[in-house]
Amino acid sequence: MTTISGEAVNHPERMASRSPAPGEGRYRALVRLSRNDDVRRFVISVVGGLVLALITGPEGNGVQMLSGINGALLHPHVFICLAVTVGVWVLITVRHHFARQVEHVSGRVMALPKAVLPDRRVRAGLWLALFAFAIIYPPTLNSFWQNVLVEQIGIYVLLAIGLNVVVGYAGLLDLGYIAFFAIGAYSDAYWTGMLPVHPPLHLNPFWVFPLAILTAMLAGVLLGGPTLRLRGDYLAIVTLGFGEIIQIVANNLQGVTGGAQGVINIPHFSVHVAGIKYHWGLSNLPYYYLILGFIVLALLAYFSLEHSKVGRAWTAIREDEVAAEAAGINTLKYKVMAFAIGASTSGVAGVIVASQIGFVEPGDFTVQLSILILVLVIFGGMGSLAGAVVGAAVLQWLPQFLRVHPLFGYNQLDLYIYFGAILILMMIFRPEGLIPSRRRRREIVLAEHGVGSADAMESGHSGGGLAAVANPEADL
Amino acid sequence: MSAPASMAAAAAASGADGDALVEVRHVTLRFGGVTSLSDVSFSQRRGEILAVIGPNGAGKTSLFNCLTGVYTPQVGEVLFRPASGTALSVVGTKPYKVNRAGIARTFQTSRLFNALTTFENIKIGVESRFSVGPLGSMLHLPHTRRAERESDAKVVELLEFVGLTERANTIASSLPYGDRRRLEIARALGTRPELLLLDEPAAGTNPAEKASLVELIRKVNTVYGVSVLLIEHDMGLVMSLAERLIVLNFGQIIAAGTPREVQQNPAVIEAYLGAPESDEDGR
Repeated sequence: MTTISGEAVNHPERMASRSPAPGEGRYRALVRLSRNDDVRRFVISVVGGLVLALITGPEGNGVQMLSGINGALLHPHVFICLAVTVGVWVLITVRHHFARQVEHVSGRVMALPKAVLPDRRVRAGLWLALFAFAIIYPPTLNSFWQNVLVEQIGIYVLLAIGLNVVVGYAGLLDLGYIAFFAIGAYSDAYWTGMLPVHPPLHLNPFWVFPLAILTAMLAGVLLGGPTLRLRGDYLAIVTLGFGEIIQIVANNLQGVTGGAQGVINIPHFSVHVAGIKYHWGLSNLPYYYLILGFIVLALLAYFSLEHSKVGRAWTAIREDEVAAEAAGINTLKYKVMAFAIGASTSGVAGVIVASQIGFVEPGDFTVQLSILILVLVIFGGMGSLAGAVVGAAVLQWLPQFLRVHPLFGYNQLDLYIYFGAILILMMIFRPEGLIPSRRRRREIVLAEHGVGSADAMESGHSGGGLAAVANPEADL
Repeated sequence: MSAPASMAAAAAASGADGDALVEVRHVTLRFGGVTSLSDVSFSQRRGEILAVIGPNGAGKTSLFNCLTGVYTPQVGEVLFRPASGTALSVVGTKPYKVNRAGIARTFQTSRLFNALTTFENIKIGVESRFSVGPLGSMLHLPHTRRAERESDAKVVELLEFVGLTERANTIASSLPYGDRRRLEIARALGTRPELLLLDEPAAGTNPAEKASLVELIRKVNTVYGVSVLLIEHDMGLVMSLAERLIVLNFGQIIAAGTPREVQQNPAVIEAYLGAPESDEDGR
């Protein structure tokens, strides 16, 4: 409201000239209202809430699309959706009108972590606390949550850490990441002798890890070598295609992969050393600790990489490939390296999942999964290890929590609608992600201010040569 | 330009002596129907500061791109260290390999890694010469740690050399323009070049920054013994720095020689000021 009244006071004649003819005076107020940004956003948020209520929750069917809310406009679900979208409207409006105050408050709130977090010891302490929590807490959970911890959280955290190397560090948009996961899973099935084709020797799943890592890496190099010469959108399309190819090959190459029925009876992990026999079976905890071990290994390794020559080279490539090449960086080599390292992580996750569930089918490796992992990375904060861990954990835990919670209990089919909504909100309020890396945050700030400063200089001085000569005092 | 004039210029430009560091032979570069460089030949002696001047669109930056492997000219060759056993044919060689062979460059609009600090920007250039792999970094091998220490020391030295020591931890994007130019030169120097290509190093700088840049470029030449090939519009800067000039116009070399000689060359005056009868205000 403030904007419109302010404008009306300052430019009464302009307002008058924009409003409709005198005869339509009664529309005047309405038109004026519709020009108000706040009102417009409010209407959009209400409509958005209704649409959200319509496309989620109690469903209609093909014949009667609206039967879900037919005669049930007072269904609580409608109100929940409206409350959420209007809540967002309130947030946006407050941020818009009280920008300075909001900044003041949020500045104070953020001052504490900013003051404490740069301290290395504090950050190391936080990681250690998180690690200790991850070790001690799970045994106290019931088997449902332990299962969620392994299949929904642990595996996805590992996958997100791996994709973070590709997308976050090297800035390569990989939409076929799940293909390497499939390669890991099928490697496991192959080396344990469960595929129609038999391996030279049958291995315990533990011994499959190095082989699966190598296979996934090799696949990464083979795919990356020719395609990483492409940039941006082109690379995304090619990786998308690669993901599809792997899935279709797994589906159609019946004699090798077992086809659409999948592979069954992949053995669980087991230990037979010096008379000790330990079979993991279906219990969740051993798998959880195995995943935790790999997560910690990956975190340590990738943290070192990020702060090494390799990590700096990735940042350089992400920011300006031409300049990186001119500074002596073999850009293709480093891009392939990022691709292969990400692929190997995905391969490890594939082995763990295959041996835990004991069953692999092509339908497990959909594009949707690749995109889900990408969403986890973006949500957490690209290029940030803490972001990948916390982002993936939160975003994978939340739906499970809401699903079993009596108050929210939503329909599983609607999950991705909510994910989409969360991502949109994220892009509005915190585009750099939950826990952004410092480098990435800077890049986003630069992009918002249009790093155009350099370009502006170019257009500004492009006439300089002639201008200098046009001056008779110039030496020529 | 008439053909004989360009031939003569080419002959004058390639000061045929055995100490050539880079030799450009009959380079022609086309983009579709547009000829950006046409039969360009010259050579630069080791240790020399050579300047390329010419009106906008004359093909100066295209020439730089041919010298660094970014563009592949259709005709001609570019030889780096032609007399030595390690001669490199630049045409068709990838930019990073050209850089490793010893040709470093800066860009017309400085292309820094804007989200990184001054220190990290230089470090990226310096450590491209160290062989450090991902395994070494992940496992913190002694070899890797030694390389880190050595490259850090080199960065500190370069920071000192270009006078950015106090700005070591400043984010590149927030540096003033003159400092950005210095940083780009430091990053290029970090790759230990024998030949440094500077594309309008003083563009957009104020007079004080300009003067110190001239000083810096001279120091690069004398202290590090790096040969410098520069594009510049500022005549004062060119005259005070360059030993020899090459004048490009419409992709052809129209004159070459010492600053004095070039200044009196009628073809150059025509290229810059237009034909005598043309109106000053018409331009």
